[in-house]
Amino acid sequence: MFMRPTAALAALFLISTAPLALAAEKPTDPQIAHIAYTAGTIDIEAAKLAIEKSKNKEIVAFAKDMERDHEAVNKQALDLVKKLKVTPEDNDTSKALAKAAKEERAKLAKLKGADFDRAYIENEVAYHKQVNGALETLLIPSASNAELKSLLETGLKIFQGHEQHAEHVAGMLK
Amino acid sequence: MRPQLLGSALALALGVSPACAATIEVTIDKLVFSPATVQAKVGDTIEWTNKDILAHTATVKGGWDVMIPAKSKGKITLKAAGAVDYFCRFHPNMNGHIEVAP
Repeated sequence: MFMRPTAALAALFLISTAPLALAAEKPTDPQIAHIAYTAGTIDIEAAKLAIEKSKNKEIVAFAKDMERDHEAVNKQALDLVKKLKVTPEDNDTSKALAKAAKEERAKLAKLKGADFDRAYIENEVAYHKQVNGALETLLIPSASNAELKSLLETGLKIFQGHEQHAEHVAGMLK
Repeated sequence: MRPQLLGSALALALGVSPACAATIEVTIDKLVFSPATVQAKVGDTIEWTNKDILAHTATVKGGWDVMIPAKSKGKITLKAAGAVDYFCRFHPNMNGHIEVAP
């Protein structure tokens, strides 16, 4: 059951990035901004669910870290697009991300106690891994504005930190 | 001058020399501790200046833990000699090293 979110996300990124790759088309800066912001929002919502549902101190602390960091990064992203006068543009990748996240949240909402904690943290590891992969291979290389690229690069470092943090918390639950 | 002299006398009595107690600055920018390695002495203070929009920590496994809020500072006075590796609990990919001489 813990493989499912990973598989779903892997499939999602294959599906969502494939049309872009096939068309030899890189996402534009307004699309990249939308994808990055959407990815952050998804993790904030997952964190809120965990803060509400979990009774595990480590899980709640981790979720609060995620909420705080992703809100800070998203605020910075919003400030940047405002400064650059870029309007984030919805796109198939953002839509696929949002759809998969909605399904994942529905799955998590049905779980309780230690089952919830394990599923949440395993999904956090998988989700950050997937987003970091997309940042490295698609979003950062495609960004044309230097400031946007730099923000994404810092984002990657932050989210790689989150991935390690999530792995550490997951290890403690075992 | 007098308080200073008194301080020196006290320090001599205690066997600590405040003239040698330094504050060593470490900057955090884009999740990097800089300089990553610092040399210090027991009694020195390490002060971290966090330029990031995120909170960080300087944490020694099984040892001290310093909170460094976003756009703020955190510090610790070193009490024990020896070399320590520290990291950020929120972003464990951030690492630093302090060599503390007696």
